Amino acid sequence: MKLAVTAQGPDLESEVDPRFGRAAWFLIVDAETGAWEAVDNSSGVNAASGAGVTAAQTVIDRGASVVITGACGPKASSALGAAGVKVIVDAEGKASGAVKRWMDSERDEVGGS
Amino acid sequence: MPQDLGVRVRIAVASGKGGTGKTTIAVSLASALADDGERVTYVDCDVEEPNGHVFLGPTFERTENVEVPVPSIDAARCTACGRCVEVCEFHALALVDGGVLAFPELCHGCGGCTLVCPEGAITEVPRALGVIEEGTAGRLRFMRGRLTVGEAMSTPVIRTLKKQLPTDGFVILDSPPGTSCPVIETLKDVDHLLLVTEPTPFGLNDLELAVGTARTLGLSMSAVINRRDAGDTGVQEYLEREGIDVWLGIPHDRAVAEAYARGVLPAAEVPGYAEGIRSLVEEVVRLRTEEESIR
Repeated sequence: MKLAVTAQGPDLESEVDPRFGRAAWFLIVDAETGAWEAVDNSSGVNAASGAGVTAAQTVIDRGASVVITGACGPKASSALGAAGVKVIVDAEGKASGAVKRWMDSERDEVGGS
Repeated sequence: MPQDLGVRVRIAVASGKGGTGKTTIAVSLASALADDGERVTYVDCDVEEPNGHVFLGPTFERTENVEVPVPSIDAARCTACGRCVEVCEFHALALVDGGVLAFPELCHGCGGCTLVCPEGAITEVPRALGVIEEGTAGRLRFMRGRLTVGEAMSTPVIRTLKKQLPTDGFVILDSPPGTSCPVIETLKDVDHLLLVTEPTPFGLNDLELAVGTARTLGLSMSAVINRRDAGDTGVQEYLEREGIDVWLGIPHDRAVAEAYARGVLPAAEVPGYAEGIRSLVEEVVRLRTEEESIR
């Protein structure tokens, strides 16, 4: 399973970018192996319009099934929703911490049920 | 002397910065020209928030919908090849979960997706963006575009409006603020640009952007400095350097703001303002004489 975290820089020690469509970077993290790659979104940052849809397309194409970000607009949400991607909002702090918090909560959910 | 020689003079009133007095100048100029017996049409191109009607009180005789063609995708035919998504400059389409998802509010109606679809899975359906309204206000012809609340694309509404301009008389186009697409659409092909500015650093910054835009479009320009005694001399010096004539400087006067706030043309209440507008009328009539001699 892959996660996409919006980040202000190209690595997991960067802060979570509070915006989805206009995030500086997407960090695509493999939840099983911990392997990750950084995807530059400077074209989205500078887009006149359609940044949210383009960003959704980017993370969908990379095979992410969960997005962790600060906030996600309506068009991006509906594109992600149509692809069955789960969106976690209000994330903050370092990207690595946001990923860990999500994994811990998933584990709790699975363990508790 | 009233005349109708079949000559059309299109004058856009723009500013860069919002709130400098574009609409007040545009409606005042249009109204004063009409009082002189000129054939004149006031055109409100600020379709996101038109307000010329507040001062001119038009009666509308005709309304026309403005629509853009947007894609409708036949999921049974779509093979999710993604060509439509690639060709869309405005990211109005996304390829998700083996199908194509359309976002009509982002679509500019270029038709590219329909052309590239190898399966014939896309048909175009009209989507309403706003309306064009036309009527009279006293002796004036009055036209305006109105973008539907919640819509983001004003350019197609302005484009449709401009296709319907009368072919003679004075046409005063009240521009939206800024220097982006809606302003370019408004200024395109006009005969003259009247820049309404104010002598503040903010006014100057946006004036420079507006002048740069107008130079790119190859427009002749002149300026009105509103509240001319309110700020500094930066705007005046800039206009001199650029060789742009100042047709009018309007002193700061609370009575003008009070008339405006009541939706009354300031010229009706402030004698000095009426005089200023008279001088503008003389300038645009002279401009027409120049236009006639060129043709």
